[in-house]
Amino acid sequence: MMKLFSLHGVHTPHKKDTAHIKPIRMAPPTRVVLPMAMHIGRPAEVQVKVGDAVCVGTMIGAAAGPVSSPVFSSVSGKVVAVQDFLLSSGATTKAVVIESDGEMTVADAIAPPVITSREALLEALASSGIVGLGGAGFPTHVKLNVPPEKMEYLVINGAECEPYVTSDTQTMQTRGADMAAALKALAKWLGARRAVIGIEANKPAAIAAMRALASELADVLALTVQVLPATYPQGGEKVLIYHTTGRVVPTGKLPIDMGCVVLNCTTLAAVGAYLQTGMPLVEKCVTVAGGAVKHAQNVLVPIGTSMADIVAFCGGYVQPPHKLLYGGPMMGITAPDDSAPVLKNTNALLALTAREAKMPKATPCIHCGSCVNHCPFGLAPFMIATALERRDATLLEELAVMTCMECGCCSFVCPANRPLVQNNKLAKVFLREEKAKEGGQK
Amino acid sequence: MSQKTVLSVSPHIHSGRSTAGIMRDVLIALLPTTVAGAIIFGARALLVVALSVACAVGFEALFNVLMKKEQTVGDCSAAVTGLLLALNLPANIPLWQIVAGDFFAIVVVKCLFGGLGYNLVNPAIAARVLMLVSFDAMISPCMPTIVDTVATATPLAEGAHIVPLYRLFLGIYGGTIGETCTLAILLGFAYLLFRRVITWHIPVSFIACALVLCFLLEGFDAYEAMGQVMSGSLLLGAVFMATDYVTSPVTPVGRVIFGVGAGLITVLIRYFGAYPEGVSFAILFMNILTPYIDRLTRRHVFGKGGKTV
Repeated sequence: MMKLFSLHGVHTPHKKDTAHIKPIRMAPPTRVVLPMAMHIGRPAEVQVKVGDAVCVGTMIGAAAGPVSSPVFSSVSGKVVAVQDFLLSSGATTKAVVIESDGEMTVADAIAPPVITSREALLEALASSGIVGLGGAGFPTHVKLNVPPEKMEYLVINGAECEPYVTSDTQTMQTRGADMAAALKALAKWLGARRAVIGIEANKPAAIAAMRALASELADVLALTVQVLPATYPQGGEKVLIYHTTGRVVPTGKLPIDMGCVVLNCTTLAAVGAYLQTGMPLVEKCVTVAGGAVKHAQNVLVPIGTSMADIVAFCGGYVQPPHKLLYGGPMMGITAPDDSAPVLKNTNALLALTAREAKMPKATPCIHCGSCVNHCPFGLAPFMIATALERRDATLLEELAVMTCMECGCCSFVCPANRPLVQNNKLAKVFLREEKAKEGGQK
Repeated sequence: MSQKTVLSVSPHIHSGRSTAGIMRDVLIALLPTTVAGAIIFGARALLVVALSVACAVGFEALFNVLMKKEQTVGDCSAAVTGLLLALNLPANIPLWQIVAGDFFAIVVVKCLFGGLGYNLVNPAIAARVLMLVSFDAMISPCMPTIVDTVATATPLAEGAHIVPLYRLFLGIYGGTIGETCTLAILLGFAYLLFRRVITWHIPVSFIACALVLCFLLEGFDAYEAMGQVMSGSLLLGAVFMATDYVTSPVTPVGRVIFGVGAGLITVLIRYFGAYPEGVSFAILFMNILTPYIDRLTRRHVFGKGGKTV
């Protein structure tokens, strides 16, 4: 089914200068910090104690329940601490600190999994530590555990619409074999018949690589490459599904309700790599960029490596950074310093200069309609802002604020620099609380 | 790393568009019209423009100082109001009336309601309407100074056919400083579209609606209809006054409704009302309806209410 019209968005600067530089593997850092909550679901349970020797691939955190994911040591060495770790959400979890011996010795148990059935594949994925690497970190084995007849489309996210970030581009350009291995397994054991990969038009090399992959896999499954306009936010899950399959995922529903399973291309490559080697998810390709970094490039790092170590590997800072970001500039999270580790779902580390992250002064709304006309979902952020000011839950519901995916287009284009997406986030929290209150009264 | 970094919620980059930048673009777009007005109506037109802009900016600055509010004249919106009001005045208007008009526009209509973004109606339009009903000078037309022909009365008072179309296009006929020169207004319109300051919806629907109605009312006479549209303040109003962000709808559909409504009211007043010109009244009326138009023309929200199409 073809889409009837394109969803709106904004033209962000691309700044993807690192797309053509081949990723470099960094030498193991002296220590890594591995939090037990790098995914959506229950945090993993710590399996090691201070003094234990670990290798690359040793399980240090076990999955706690069906929606959870195990954590593996990304270096070889010794556990030196098990401590509290403050997550960006504000919650606290346990983290295992490992001092590296620099050897990167691989654990003995590492061997490619033997897959003989659908259940075996899902079980293997459950013990691979693989979660959604595009950002959300939803455990992949849970996402793929759907009845085969319901999965009409496997939608692969290669849009990578965030400025600066090129780690998914690198995946598509250099890890075609891993992606092929994963697609073969998904076709064979999970019944995936139709797959579509959405890639923004500003990645010609990745598009060419994926077209080659599609013809290579022609007799395994029907993989189509959908070239998307290079506008933000093509990589938003519902935007991507609409632009690749023409299907609308209603507010409050999941992609699978519309017959779609969405996987990030790097997640897919991780699945393929695991199936071929048995090495769980212990390494991540992250884009290091921003005007404050000396050598912007993609770096392959052990998960748990601190931003400080990675930036040092990239030549350090050329000027004091104004903002440090985990993720892209449109939806990334700021960090107070560069001590925090790379998590499973970290795809970029940005050190922005004051000039790059310049925000104009906020002035009153001039009712220009930019926020309305650029919202991919047709929301009216300026109306939501006044509705929230008045604490009007009925109006907020009428304005469908829960549909907001928090992409930030409204704030990006607002000439008065109103905190629009920020307001939407508050409005969603407010509406949830109001509904909980209502539920409590009944 | 010892230095502090900034913590904030996303997004972390901005398009760089600003209110002041948009207002500067509007001023630039009004430049051809201002220059044309000065050529057609002589030096006094420039005096009117200069005084009106100075008064508008001055009143806003003074208001902010007296009310101990943050100074806002830097956003250039007061300058836009002052310039737009001047372009809506005849060049021979008594100077004190300009001061009175700007006071009403800036202090009463804009600042007392909370400043830029909070005014209910377009300040320049409101002031023009007030002056229209209060001062004689607004009704007797000002004649061009560059031609010594019997430049006649305003085409609207006498019927458009008395001024040939090419003179309407160049603006060589009686009227206010900014309303006569069609060419200059179209140049400004093109600039605003190019800079994406405005969309085509309001001006095109406004002008098209007026054109069609005039065509019908003139007994299917296209020449007369063109004359009607190109005379008076219809084009100036449709391009520069009706497109004021604060007082016009935000969605394309809403903007078309606004434009069609303004075109309809303009023609009704011109043909059946007591005043020869109805553009200002029409825009004022549609300004008041804007919040309701906005409410009725919200964009369809993707996937709202479980809809899959």
